[in-house]
Amino acid sequence: MNDAPLLTARGLSKHYGPRIGCEAVSFDLYEGEVLAVVGESGSGKSTLLKLLATETPPTAGSVHYRMRDGAVRDLFALTEAERRFLLRTDWGFVRQDAREGLRMSVSAGGNVGERLMAVGERHYGRIRGTAIDWLGRVEIDGDRIDDLPRDFSGGMRQRLQIARNLVTHPRLVFMDEPTSGLDVSVQARLLDLLRGLVAELGLAVIIVTHDLAVARLLSHRIMVMRHGRVIETGLTDQVLDDPSEAYTQLLVSSVLAA
Amino acid sequence: MTEPLVSLSGVAKSFTLHLRDGMRIRVVDNVSFAARPGECVVLGGPSGAGKSSILKMIYGNYRCDTGTIAVRDGAEIVDVAKAEPRRILALRAHVMGYVSQFLRVIPRVSALDIVAASAAESGLGRQDAWCRAERLLTLLNVPERLWSLPPGTFSGGEQQRVNIARGLAPDRPLLLLDEPTASLDAANRAVVVRLIEEKKKAGVAIVGIFHDEDVRDKVADRVIDMAAFATEKAA
Repeated sequence: MNDAPLLTARGLSKHYGPRIGCEAVSFDLYEGEVLAVVGESGSGKSTLLKLLATETPPTAGSVHYRMRDGAVRDLFALTEAERRFLLRTDWGFVRQDAREGLRMSVSAGGNVGERLMAVGERHYGRIRGTAIDWLGRVEIDGDRIDDLPRDFSGGMRQRLQIARNLVTHPRLVFMDEPTSGLDVSVQARLLDLLRGLVAELGLAVIIVTHDLAVARLLSHRIMVMRHGRVIETGLTDQVLDDPSEAYTQLLVSSVLAA
Repeated sequence: MTEPLVSLSGVAKSFTLHLRDGMRIRVVDNVSFAARPGECVVLGGPSGAGKSSILKMIYGNYRCDTGTIAVRDGAEIVDVAKAEPRRILALRAHVMGYVSQFLRVIPRVSALDIVAASAAESGLGRQDAWCRAERLLTLLNVPERLWSLPPGTFSGGEQQRVNIARGLAPDRPLLLLDEPTASLDAANRAVVVRLIEEKKKAGVAIVGIFHDEDVRDKVADRVIDMAAFATEKAA
């Protein structure tokens, strides 16, 4: 229980001129831990995700990450080459719009294989074999391997995006509203798939969602954000069943029970 | 006498309802009791007395305002009232289980998988987990033709029995039972009583709520009267 955190954020802030994107966010994330960041649109949860994934520099604060070799590095002091290496191997990023996370003009197999080639795999047969294996794990028929993602349904594209991200066995995956915009039945299938893969691979995940049911199903821990600040944090079921802040109580009580 | 597995001391709980002008509801005050290995402690008193809230606080599902909830994990004592989320999750994996009468259904996962996965979580091997799941579902009269189906479409009683099987499948030293027998028929109640006795023999400490007097008389070693922890309802 006294292992070191995988990622440590301290006092992380992002201001856009006078507007606050997020303010003084601090937390630790451990290996195998799933953290949900919830809040309404404009709460700063997507800004926080962009900061953590080093897509935008912070106004203040730091993020430290424990690399595979055990060295703890300041993410905003990495060289561009080091940063790209992290993004292509040790991290995944599953985006809400699969078109942003996939290469739409490259085949399904190519989308998965590309990440493998980025980590140095050159053998065509092995790449194709691994791609077929991963398509199967996300429940896409192997005979769709040469098809383009643009011919896939929304749910299939999202599953392909997950395969593309997980093929390099990342330790940390960022997810930005991965299930919104999908039909409810498609959502359920995707959630179930994610739940299984996350547990099986022992992934650390930071998932941004406005859907409290998604947070409850997937996450261990939850952070509630409002106006750029974290207003409540804790064990997911504790925060959802016994919310202490007024805004969290409002969020929880606004959900329709199906 | 052996050391308690769980020991509450001076525990108080209230809810502040911000959407109701900050109305404060005091649930329990100064709760102190302990449960030792092989012992079944039953919380007694009318509904609304805060019995479920106490179980939920021990499980870390509800926060605790004051006091300590000491749970023994091997040689270590953890105060659930102050522990970090991941410490509580580790306790839930290895030390304490919680069974209510309601099953939270997850789409696409079969009844047998739900029970076997629960057994495996506490460290049982795959084969043992499956055997135990089959035994429990058989004992609890869940028809075998249903085992491979997700329980979403099962009757309320069938879901409840799958949930009991899931809750009793793992080997954990502390078990929290929130009316698992409510609305079960006599035959299935008797099965649950037998399973609880098996747990006690195996040295499991149990804190439970049973409205059914017949079940309570059979399993309880001690009944704790909630009146001792009462508060004025509004402050």
